[in-house]
Amino acid sequence: MSNPTLSSWNKAVTSSSTSEEKKTCTSTAHVGRTMAFDEPTVFEQSVEGRKGYQTPKLDVPAFADKMLSADLLRKKAAKLPELTETDITRHFTRLSSQNYAKDLGFYPLGSCTMKHNPKTANVAASLPAFELTHPLQDIATAQGNLQICWEMQNYLAEISGMDAISLWPCAGSHGEFVSLLVIRAYHAAQGNPRKKVLIPDSAHGTNPASAAVCGYDVVTLKSGPDGELHPETVKAAMDEEVAAIMITNPNTLGVFEENFKEISDIVHAKGGFVYCDGANLNALMGAVQLGKIGADCMHFNLHKTFAVPHGGGGPGAGPIGVVKKLEPFLPKPIIQKNGDTFSVDHNRPHSIGMIKSFWGNFACTLRAYAYIRQLGKEGIKKTSQMAVLNAKYIRKRLEKAYHMPFRKPVLHECVLSDKIQNEYGVKTMDIAKRLMDYGFHPPTVYFPLIVPGALMIEPTETENKQQIDAFCDAMLAIADECRETPEVVKTAPNVSFRARLDEVRAAREVKVTAAL
Amino acid sequence: MPFIPHTQEEINEMLSVIGAKSLSDLYDSVPDALRMKRELDLPEPISEQDLLAELKSIGKKNLATDKALSFLGAGIYPHFTPSAVNDLAFRGEFLTPYTPYQPEISQGTLQVTFEFQSLMSRIFEMDISNASTYDLSTSVAEAALMALRIHKKKKKIIVCEGMHPEYREVLKTVLTPTNIEIVTLPHLNGKLNVKALKENLCDQTAACIVQYPNFFGIAENLEEASKLTHDADALFITATAEPFALGLLRTPGSFEADIAVGEGNSFGLPTRFGGPALGVFTASEKYLRQMPGRIVGETLDAQGRKGYVLTLSTREQHIRREKATSNICSNHQHCATIATIYLSLIGKHGFSSLARINAAKAQYAAQKLSSISGVKLQFEGNFFNEFVLELPKRAQDVLDALVKENIHAGVSLERWFPQCKNSLLLAFTEVHRKEDIDALATALTNAL
Repeated sequence: MSNPTLSSWNKAVTSSSTSEEKKTCTSTAHVGRTMAFDEPTVFEQSVEGRKGYQTPKLDVPAFADKMLSADLLRKKAAKLPELTETDITRHFTRLSSQNYAKDLGFYPLGSCTMKHNPKTANVAASLPAFELTHPLQDIATAQGNLQICWEMQNYLAEISGMDAISLWPCAGSHGEFVSLLVIRAYHAAQGNPRKKVLIPDSAHGTNPASAAVCGYDVVTLKSGPDGELHPETVKAAMDEEVAAIMITNPNTLGVFEENFKEISDIVHAKGGFVYCDGANLNALMGAVQLGKIGADCMHFNLHKTFAVPHGGGGPGAGPIGVVKKLEPFLPKPIIQKNGDTFSVDHNRPHSIGMIKSFWGNFACTLRAYAYIRQLGKEGIKKTSQMAVLNAKYIRKRLEKAYHMPFRKPVLHECVLSDKIQNEYGVKTMDIAKRLMDYGFHPPTVYFPLIVPGALMIEPTETENKQQIDAFCDAMLAIADECRETPEVVKTAPNVSFRARLDEVRAAREVKVTAAL
Repeated sequence: MPFIPHTQEEINEMLSVIGAKSLSDLYDSVPDALRMKRELDLPEPISEQDLLAELKSIGKKNLATDKALSFLGAGIYPHFTPSAVNDLAFRGEFLTPYTPYQPEISQGTLQVTFEFQSLMSRIFEMDISNASTYDLSTSVAEAALMALRIHKKKKKIIVCEGMHPEYREVLKTVLTPTNIEIVTLPHLNGKLNVKALKENLCDQTAACIVQYPNFFGIAENLEEASKLTHDADALFITATAEPFALGLLRTPGSFEADIAVGEGNSFGLPTRFGGPALGVFTASEKYLRQMPGRIVGETLDAQGRKGYVLTLSTREQHIRREKATSNICSNHQHCATIATIYLSLIGKHGFSSLARINAAKAQYAAQKLSSISGVKLQFEGNFFNEFVLELPKRAQDVLDALVKENIHAGVSLERWFPQCKNSLLLAFTEVHRKEDIDALATALTNAL
């Protein structure tokens, strides 16, 4: 067995601090812990014969091999680890300490809406009355779950201005795909599913990927010089083979597409639908209802706007909202309310069908429900206001030190570029890695694609002014470093658990499972 | 506001820095006609204490297994989760990071995922695994799409009726935009109809998908089906809803499956109305570059130390856009983290012992319940922890009677197989004590 060894994280912290950092960074940078461990895999630590779990006492006759056909029995037991609870506890606690997390600090990933994840939601989702329900139990015994779903549908409809909601998609990109299936089903019912989907070049990668899985040809629309989508561009591309346009609003620059209504009219005039990517909904709650200004369909990211924790990459949930015209095509089943009783309708002749077994990611629905209830009407509106205030403030504080590719006012996120820093040989990725030395998670980098060397910053509303200022101070300090000591930036991170990782090697010498 | 930190003073200060007079100026860039002119019609804010009280009251409208016996399976199985699992998995460091796009500060999630991939490939005896998909129904659809990428010119997918009807429906929905034909082979006494498979395989078949053990709980030797499928140059795909079966039964790898998908919910996750669950996606190494979703690989850092990164990203939507192998972005990482901790803890011994306990409980239940007058096992064959009973009366009526006694006795097959009015599908795991099974037998006897 191999033993974990202490790495020199602490040493790195003290040796890397530069005078520049002390001069300009007012942040209480929290880089690392008291100790960090190089942790062997759970397989490397395994010792034959060790047990971490005692099986319950068997109160029925033991299973005998002869009960099943001999040709069906597994020949060799799966080589799972053999460790005690102590080993397991330390292993996973140590691994957890190698993660940066929202619970540890500021996490301004653009388009990801990394807001605080309220702890109440964890408790709500683990209440036995909900957690111990089974998806196939008699719905007369799952009325509580259906009530949560019903109310959640109403809240999302109100926030978005949409007429009907389906909670079943599991993630944002799943919601996009399901939305396009709904749109396709509508067109097919009119006799032609149509061939194309229009997508601006500033869109998230999932948009074209979802359109492709839905069998559509993607027509990429060029953003204008101001980063926005222009009606004439849409008009030129729009014809009666276009099923839909996929728009993110505010767009991935954080800018509200001010021609949204006009663009919607152009698309509608040719019988197309306007689909809205809901990734940026955190800018608009209580301020704009997309369903009332031309959008026909959108998805919600419960794991962004509604504070469901990202879990290191999911699970989230990607409900969709549609206007009346598209409602008959929503995925099955549909929840109905009759008096105080909820029922479920599977008999939906126009529905696209089921898009996932059971009831979507119900535990995520429940978390988001708890979040909306705690904030209430004023809180939801203020959430978007403060998210916008924080982003505008950051943009203002950084606008002299970093190149701002577009001048239009932003809403909940802002995009800068590395253009000024390029002069000193420093690139966006270097700035991102250097932020780690200051104790911050980097922003989204190299996205949107229409901005070379983009840094996309979304602070969210749950960060206080001191944190926002500390981040800005760090960004300004790094801008100074780029000029004065660019090597410090180019070799960052210095204080993280690992230095830059060789991604080319990982893709070339593929090792995706532990050796047996 | 519990999650909004700004004081009025700070708001004023920040507004003045950005040159705005009031909060309504924040939306100056939104044309007035597009702005919402009224307040949101949502409930008033509620305190945590009041919210939890209200949720508990709403929860009373559910009958969950804290108050009822349940023998429901059919894709989601109740298992016991040792205390350490959630204690560790729900650390904020695992629960609250984003996707590990910055590997230097995400080694925890990345190593856990590497271990998860390794665990899945060991359990399924497959070469490689991805970082997870949503659940088994969506994994089946992703597997079909992958087969169609590998066999670009082929136009047919064969599925067996022994696959969960909801998975089959999801597959159908996902393939709607394509011109792919889905051929559904009727089951033969609850089993795969190998003769029908042989007749339907042709040079247009991209894949044959078989649930193992199947929807009716039956595990069968898939050697012949696999060989026939491979002889037709098609991919053999298995779907395993109860992966604990693989602690006792032969693996998809032993049947030379090209892709083996599974439902990982049994590995430490609660039944929670079926979601979020955990899609497992494993495959033969030669198809690595056609895999959907995220994959973590081992590498070195600039100082030569071992580390992990998201790898082969050129398959994925954020790089390839419309040419990506899948549109999947967020997966079910935290569920995979729970499964990794759970499987590490129960370990080699626990995995096979629990599998044997599950089988023992089901054997006992089958013997006990089929000794009730008029009740018999509907299908002959090997089962792991789930089977179909044929009752002397309509299963739904029996279920309705038993639920009044706080027993969720199982799933009636009538909803999906209208001719199977008297068929009841039940599952048994280590959570069921002998006395629970005996209570079910008594209640069932009384209801007939």
